[in-house]
Amino acid sequence: MSMEEVFHPMQEPMILAAAISIVVGAVVIVAGLTYFKKWGYFYKNWLSTVDHKKIGIMYIATALLMLMRGGIDALLMRAQTAVPDNGLLDAQHYNEIFTTHGLLMILFMAMPFVIGLMNVVIPLQIGARDVAFPRLNAVSFWLFAAGCGLLNLSFIIGGSPDAGWTAYFPLAGTEFSPTVGNNYYSLALQLSGIGTLMTGVNFIATIIKMRAPGMTLMKMPMFTWSILITNIIIVFAFPVLTVALALMMLDRQFGTQFFAMQNGGMDMLWANLFWVWGHPEVYIVILPAFGIFSEIIATFARKNLYGYKSMVMSMVVISLLSFLVWAHHFYTMGHGVMVNSVFSITTMAIAVPTGVKIFNWLLTMRHGKIQFTTPMLYALGFIPIFTIGGVTGVMLAMASADYQYHNTMFLVAHFHYVLIPGTVFGVLAGYHYWWPKMFGFRLNEKLGKAAFWFIAVCFNVTFFPLFILGLDGYARRMYTYSESTGYGPLNMLSFIGGIGLAVGFALIVYNIYYSWKHMPRNEKADVWDGRTLEWATHSPVPEYNFAVVPTVTRLDEYWFAKKEGRDITAGKIEKIHMPNNTGTPFWMSGFFFLAAFFAVFNLWVPAIISMIGVFGFMIHRSFEKDHGRYISVEEVMATEKSLRGDK
Amino acid sequence: MKKKLSLMFVAFSALAILAGCEPLTIFDPKGPNAKTLSDTIILSIITMAFILLVVYVLLAFMLTKYRASKASADYEPPHEEGSHLLEIIWTVIPIIIVAFLAVVTVRTTSTVETTPEGYDNKEPLVIYASSSNWKWHFSYPEQGVETVNYVNIPTDRPIEFKLYSFGPITSFWIPQLAGQKYAMSDMLTTIHLAADEAGSYMGRNSNFNGRGFAEMEFEAQAMTQEKFDEWVSDVKTKEKPLTEEKFDELLKAEHVGRSSYSSTHLEFRPAPMEHSEHMKMGGMDHSDMDMSEKEMDHSKMDHGNHSDSDKNSEETHSH
Repeated sequence: MSMEEVFHPMQEPMILAAAISIVVGAVVIVAGLTYFKKWGYFYKNWLSTVDHKKIGIMYIATALLMLMRGGIDALLMRAQTAVPDNGLLDAQHYNEIFTTHGLLMILFMAMPFVIGLMNVVIPLQIGARDVAFPRLNAVSFWLFAAGCGLLNLSFIIGGSPDAGWTAYFPLAGTEFSPTVGNNYYSLALQLSGIGTLMTGVNFIATIIKMRAPGMTLMKMPMFTWSILITNIIIVFAFPVLTVALALMMLDRQFGTQFFAMQNGGMDMLWANLFWVWGHPEVYIVILPAFGIFSEIIATFARKNLYGYKSMVMSMVVISLLSFLVWAHHFYTMGHGVMVNSVFSITTMAIAVPTGVKIFNWLLTMRHGKIQFTTPMLYALGFIPIFTIGGVTGVMLAMASADYQYHNTMFLVAHFHYVLIPGTVFGVLAGYHYWWPKMFGFRLNEKLGKAAFWFIAVCFNVTFFPLFILGLDGYARRMYTYSESTGYGPLNMLSFIGGIGLAVGFALIVYNIYYSWKHMPRNEKADVWDGRTLEWATHSPVPEYNFAVVPTVTRLDEYWFAKKEGRDITAGKIEKIHMPNNTGTPFWMSGFFFLAAFFAVFNLWVPAIISMIGVFGFMIHRSFEKDHGRYISVEEVMATEKSLRGDK
Repeated sequence: MKKKLSLMFVAFSALAILAGCEPLTIFDPKGPNAKTLSDTIILSIITMAFILLVVYVLLAFMLTKYRASKASADYEPPHEEGSHLLEIIWTVIPIIIVAFLAVVTVRTTSTVETTPEGYDNKEPLVIYASSSNWKWHFSYPEQGVETVNYVNIPTDRPIEFKLYSFGPITSFWIPQLAGQKYAMSDMLTTIHLAADEAGSYMGRNSNFNGRGFAEMEFEAQAMTQEKFDEWVSDVKTKEKPLTEEKFDELLKAEHVGRSSYSSTHLEFRPAPMEHSEHMKMGGMDHSDMDMSEKEMDHSKMDHGNHSDSDKNSEETHSH
């Protein structure tokens, strides 16, 4: 590939502007760190940290950045289709944008947001001092970051993937996608996917092995339950993605023919593998949101969660069914009536446990005392909007009817009605709810509520018209349409809604700045009068989480202890064993990033050299003797005293 | 919350008004297959509206009755574990709804996958529809004619479209006549349909397949049998036969206008196998010599636009 081809995307003015802004942003950050002499601080406290709370915060920060990036993609798409025969974007550019929008929003926004929140909250909620494998946790994050960086780099160097986020073969093969865009796809997703798989192992081990004494499985908070089940799905689903991406790389870069049209390759094999991972992936991002809503609704209705056992049971059933529905993504592939009927029924069956959850949330509020805080608004907004996504999901599940919805805007509207009120409202609710726990001050409620109303109302303005357009035969992924189709006015309405959504998300970001400047510090530990263990420790949380690990006797132990006037954190302080920080995960992932970057361009020698670097770090680690360190009783006492004194 | 509910109401009534003045394409079927689907969709929307109503009423009730501002300051919400009776109710009712919809789905899916009702006593007209780059080829083996980017069909006769692709997966869709189905390079799929009324209907590829996707439309024109026969004999007498060179040229082109030919490409470029045959072969012993001939046929198809891509397809072709 010539240099001209590599930098080809830069010839587009908009891409050039994006490239310049990325470079300028990087320069500003580097200059700022140098000017304020913060490099040491930054490296010691962030880049080399193994603290689950800091890793969680880094995940969430990345997710917010990618939310902006994917959001700009979305606005561009809506702007391009706002009027018929629009020339804002050409077909190639539009194809790249909808592809990266899907990839960024699912894999680099929803996933890290969910994983970030579970990192911050899970050890606190089960009364642990860190995750089971803190260093592996850092590897997970930095591999994810490497994949995220690689995919974003594709926009500037070499061209982004342009075959849709589903990358169906043979379209994504070298014959029809000769640029390096889909090499970026396979390698960037591979890196972050391996990171996610490690997260799955790590959190299953953490939740199974590290719960506070007395916290049996059926005494775990609902968010912890949702994360346990999510991670079990991750461990079963992600290896399929790993294999599929490896086959994709072999096909594109080593001339194999797994998904090719000749020599016995099967294009639909990719579609099957992709969705065997892809459908459970939907539940990987939705179940944690269900967990968050369960916590928030119980907290702000000031009542225990209704039907705890059926809530757990329904999540288990959803997780099993999530692996049995993948073929509903291609009913139209031409498998027989029998196959389509079976997958229709398994898909519709998911509505039953989901319905159970909706009714349990509604009944949790009965006889309650509902407070309309920002996190609660997201949880309450979720119910009516998500139900539309749910019922349209049942409609799509009907194989015959899907022959008319498939590949249309109706489908696009449906999954945005599931993912935005489900996942996005969920993580935003969790973000507002746990923010004081992370930083020791609240986000401004007025701004938070304003942002919610903007997002909730404008979301419907943006996406409801798409249902109608879909029923009018508007296929998805078209970069333009002619005026005679009559799709213009509703598309314009959708674009206007999109601008409103952007204002809402901008308010959320502005709220960080505003609250950091103006909100009172020294917030008490238990800001919302919560029910679970994370509220029992200080805000922000000390490195060791709990000076004394609480003992649990029942669900919502902390809530009952407060009522009975017991202090569950009281007890004899002992020295605390903590893991050491290490820069290895950061540097190792850096070498992984280089290896993948060179591999994108088939530059195998530097790629192999970089891989040697990766293995060097692994070998070094296997001979390294690092048994962690102890925080002395005096130090713990001093920290506790200063944190308590602040209250 | 009230704002949101009224917004939903406005949106739904907007949908109703829109549906009132000019029916949405999906709800304006012109053949029995599309009619079945339109009825199924309307039935499911009514069922779902009922579910939405239940959830919205419950939510509105909880939010108005149990807000903190209405409760006295010292009100302490009770501890409630859950209710077996309620849980059974809201599990069993959805199961009944899902079972009902499942029956509807299985019935309608098998209906639209067979020759349309009322047409089953007539011999279906078979048309091969294949896609390449961003255009559609229609071959009529019975009539011995071929068209590009438009398809004429007789009314009052069942039609079977046999679909395949010379490249990425596409999806063949004439929304007013039938639901869509994928066209793939390695197997043949079938759409059954019939047109009740003469008219011109929009047809398109709905599955993203690259740069020219947005423009990948064709016209499906339904006409009486006499007019159709007239058109066929017109093409037969006035148009040139489709040669292999001409067809290769067509395959390579990105977008082309309409054209007609008095022979089909099926003679020198046969279509791939049916899906069911494919599945049978998958389970067979591949050393079986009888199969090799069929496989060679299959591999002769030009799979791409790159002239070098079909050279190696004559070699080992194993599943």
